[in-house]
Amino acid sequence: MAHIGVLALQGDYEKHSRSLARVGAQTSEVRTAAELEPCDGLVIPGGESTSMLKLLDREGLFEPLRRFGARKFIFGTCAGAILLATRVENPEQPSLGLVDIAVRRNAYGRQLDSRVASIAGVGFGSMEAVFIRAPIILSTGPAVRVLARYGNDPVLVEDGRHVVSTFHPELSNDDRVHAYFLKKVTG
Amino acid sequence: MILNEEFRLKIGLAEMLKGGVIMDVTTPDQAVIAEAAGACAVMALERVPSDIRRDGGVARMSPVSMIRGIQNSVSIPVMAKARIGHYMEARVLEVLEVDYIDESEVLTPADEENHIDKRQFKVPFVCGAKNLGEALRRISEGAAMIRTKGEAGSGNIVEAVRHMRTIQREMKQLTVLTHDELYAEAKRHQSPIELVEFVAANGQLPVPNFSAGGVATPADAALMMAMGAETVFVGSGIFKSNDPARFAKAIVKATTYWKDPVKVMEACDEVGVSEPMRGLDTSKLPAEELMANRGW
Repeated sequence: MAHIGVLALQGDYEKHSRSLARVGAQTSEVRTAAELEPCDGLVIPGGESTSMLKLLDREGLFEPLRRFGARKFIFGTCAGAILLATRVENPEQPSLGLVDIAVRRNAYGRQLDSRVASIAGVGFGSMEAVFIRAPIILSTGPAVRVLARYGNDPVLVEDGRHVVSTFHPELSNDDRVHAYFLKKVTG
Repeated sequence: MILNEEFRLKIGLAEMLKGGVIMDVTTPDQAVIAEAAGACAVMALERVPSDIRRDGGVARMSPVSMIRGIQNSVSIPVMAKARIGHYMEARVLEVLEVDYIDESEVLTPADEENHIDKRQFKVPFVCGAKNLGEALRRISEGAAMIRTKGEAGSGNIVEAVRHMRTIQREMKQLTVLTHDELYAEAKRHQSPIELVEFVAANGQLPVPNFSAGGVATPADAALMMAMGAETVFVGSGIFKSNDPARFAKAIVKATTYWKDPVKVMEACDEVGVSEPMRGLDTSKLPAEELMANRGW
């Protein structure tokens, strides 16, 4: 059984653990480099990317995460997408640079502009997308494959081993994106 | 239990705040310190609760200019407080696009019978509760997040512990009852049967449950997490300590790593010999001075 860690510094990590368990993964919460080590894949959840960034930095997790991403699988949602990107705007902030995308934080505006939308994904068909203070993917590198868009904006993409969504599949009763990620990990 | 799209979104933002620390701030400079320390949100208010307690008088919604100043200085969510029942203050905060409204007992209540009909708003609300009945009544009115009240501005964790223990115990009790016993429980808790049934089936509230009112040290924050809080609000505890930046950082660390006593010890050590806020013995306060008794 594949072991998927969920970065549990802050955010909706518990929701991800539940989605992953439902699709048949073994899960554990990851707060230290030692807890990251045994994982086959990692989910970086939604939450506040600035809060996570401070803790990554202070607890010395930034480099271990980068090294993990260089050989293993990572799935980031919302704040996780921001942390995985190569470039971040509004404001500019450091990131892991593991997925070749540029993102703009809180791009749809404040909470009043959060929404539940219906999107269509390549190989997924129609699915619900819950956006909460979501970032926008401004541009994607040549190796990035767009799996779903909302309007013109890519909202679900993959770059090699890694998957990123700007919405929250963990908040819908639909585990297909988690199942897709797990399948990448198990091969 | 009506989980329509709008209510799911409101709960969704609360989910994003989990495992973090929400800090009371009164100026843009304080908001910047809070964000730099790793706060997952800030609560904009005119005076921290311990000053409200000291000054007396009527405590109201914060000035618009102050809330705007704080919104412009940070990228994390900004919450603000409205008086209990003061739905016009809430309308003003909604127009300002605060991320969350706290219908708060820390301010002087505007209505001694009715809380705000929170379902009529697009902006999500958080409300305080001392027990399960209060929590479920607030949820039925539309609150998307509950925080145990504790005793704001006291710097004393005892009331927060009392309220968290009470809610957790009352939830556990419901889970072992048979369905025909739940009607009497709904009556006892003065709460809708649908919400009582939800708690009985799930052993938890249908919305996130955070803790507030009395956290003054990293160990206090870790204690509340261990007792079942999903996030910690820190009011006076940071900016009434004698080293706010250090206390803020250390409380964030202790909240994230509450399961690991070594990390909690490190967080306690990070504040060095800086002093936490001076606390109050809440058992010596007369009942009419307890903010937790506001709200019904």
